[in-house]
Amino acid sequence: MNDSLNGQTNGIASPSTRGSIAMKLRMLWRKSLNLVMLSVTAACAVVTVSVLGFILGYLVWHGGSSLSWNFFSKLPAPLGETGGGLANAIVGSGKLLLIASLIGIPIGLMGGVYLAEFGGRTFPFMVRYATDLLNGVPSIIIGIFAYTVVVVPMHHFSTLAGGCALGIIMIPIAVRSTEEFLRAVPRGLREAAMALGASKWRTVATVVVPAAFQGILTGLMLDVARVAGETAPLLFTAFSNRYWSPGWNQPIASLPVMIYTYAIGPYEEWHQQAWAGGLVLMGLVLVANIGARLVLSRRASFSRS
Amino acid sequence: MAVTGVPNPAISVRMRLAGAPGHPGETSTAGLPLRFKISNLNFFYGPKQALFDINLDVPVNRVTALIGPSGCGKSTFLRNLNRMQETIRQTRLEGKILLDGQDVLQMDVVKLRRRVGMVFQRPNPFPKSIFENVAYGLKINGYSGRLKEHVEKSLRRAALWDEVKDKLNQSAYALSGGQQQRLCIARALAVDPEVLLLDEPCSALDPVTTAKIEELMFQLKGICTMVIVTHNMQQAARASDFTAFLLDGKLIEHAVTSRLFTTPADPRTEAYITGRFG
Repeated sequence: MNDSLNGQTNGIASPSTRGSIAMKLRMLWRKSLNLVMLSVTAACAVVTVSVLGFILGYLVWHGGSSLSWNFFSKLPAPLGETGGGLANAIVGSGKLLLIASLIGIPIGLMGGVYLAEFGGRTFPFMVRYATDLLNGVPSIIIGIFAYTVVVVPMHHFSTLAGGCALGIIMIPIAVRSTEEFLRAVPRGLREAAMALGASKWRTVATVVVPAAFQGILTGLMLDVARVAGETAPLLFTAFSNRYWSPGWNQPIASLPVMIYTYAIGPYEEWHQQAWAGGLVLMGLVLVANIGARLVLSRRASFSRS
Repeated sequence: MAVTGVPNPAISVRMRLAGAPGHPGETSTAGLPLRFKISNLNFFYGPKQALFDINLDVPVNRVTALIGPSGCGKSTFLRNLNRMQETIRQTRLEGKILLDGQDVLQMDVVKLRRRVGMVFQRPNPFPKSIFENVAYGLKINGYSGRLKEHVEKSLRRAALWDEVKDKLNQSAYALSGGQQQRLCIARALAVDPEVLLLDEPCSALDPVTTAKIEELMFQLKGICTMVIVTHNMQQAARASDFTAFLLDGKLIEHAVTSRLFTTPADPRTEAYITGRFG
């Protein structure tokens, strides 16, 4: 409902009292519709927040009690024994994310730079389209892909294979977020550098990328946080491991897969560990997200003018 | 206005500032050494022609102003002088632009842009420190001498040194708009260009800051040739030695500023400078 329109009809209605009941009814209808819609949208907004709050609360409630120094430092206890932790899964997730980053970040970064700064019309269009499609590919299919090209030739599950699968999932988001942040750099900065005699590549490397650096970094942090929770592609690439996994060539434990295994297991002890694992994973993702927000807000105050 | 008996407002501007800029005795570019000689320049955006057959001489160490209504092609023309326009896709240039007798189109673009600096409409400092902004051009051109001295010299030339000497390492974004624009001028001057192209450099600035920039242009005349695009006729009258009037992509008139603003030869020029359109 438009305020000026309201004012206008009121202005016309007030001098005469004729038909004022119809007027009042219409106004009542308008006001109640306004109230109803406001309530419905607000309720939906509240649901969004409370789902997150509920998940967090539930995780803390169930997993909080199992969090201890042992959880972070010990291997899973042998069957029948109590205690033990998920140290190998935490380290394993770290190693998997390291490999994923080594694959996803350079390719995503360079691809994003290409899309934003170089290239003509048709090819970048195709790349962008393919990137969006790749982003939509279910992660389990990417797991099958990694299984086919890495696990099968190597004849066993490995950290490398799991990292590859996660890295592939990272690429499309890294490409698009890098591209978006580079595009947000004003054309004036590029022209200023080129007018001083900088080549295109020099302009990109010394002016455009540094100007967008914080944004790009944020996008990459969120990207890593996103794949940290991927489970499906790891099931038949990294598999799992109840022990430490030295090197990069062995099956390796990861938090999401451990949570999956423990949650469907028959023992109460396992369930407790799964809750705690979920809490740790969620905490990592939250830290990455909040960190990214902080970095971005600092940027906003930097690029005044 | 009627009391003074001056019918043309542009003339009164000119009279008020009589003697400030300009070089007495010069009545045309004939006989002056030329920095740019532009002949038969045509420029196209895709199928649309933006500049038609432009011939213009830009004399050494003088300020040449380009005036004309919005969209007349004055910025397009200016940006062709350092080939910035070729960074825009699907554009085409015909004709000749000579810089000191050399064909600009045959020149290495990096060398060209080092000789022909540019200042843009909106201040566009890099998101780096004040020092790094000025040193940028030197660094990318492989200058390995005394950066500090060079940066100081450029900032002094841009009349900014005293305001920033204690905060060279601070972000350029901490400066005011006018200071940022002078920083951009210092950045352009750091590589010792022969020519400075100014694309409406004061349109985003307040009158006081504009006056500072004009003062600066006056001082810079001794060391470089300037071409300024402006839609502010008083600015053209105050700050330039020669003025070219463009309309719909065509050069209508080019003359000594004092003459163009007092006794324009073309009725369209007169109509524009007296404010009848544009």
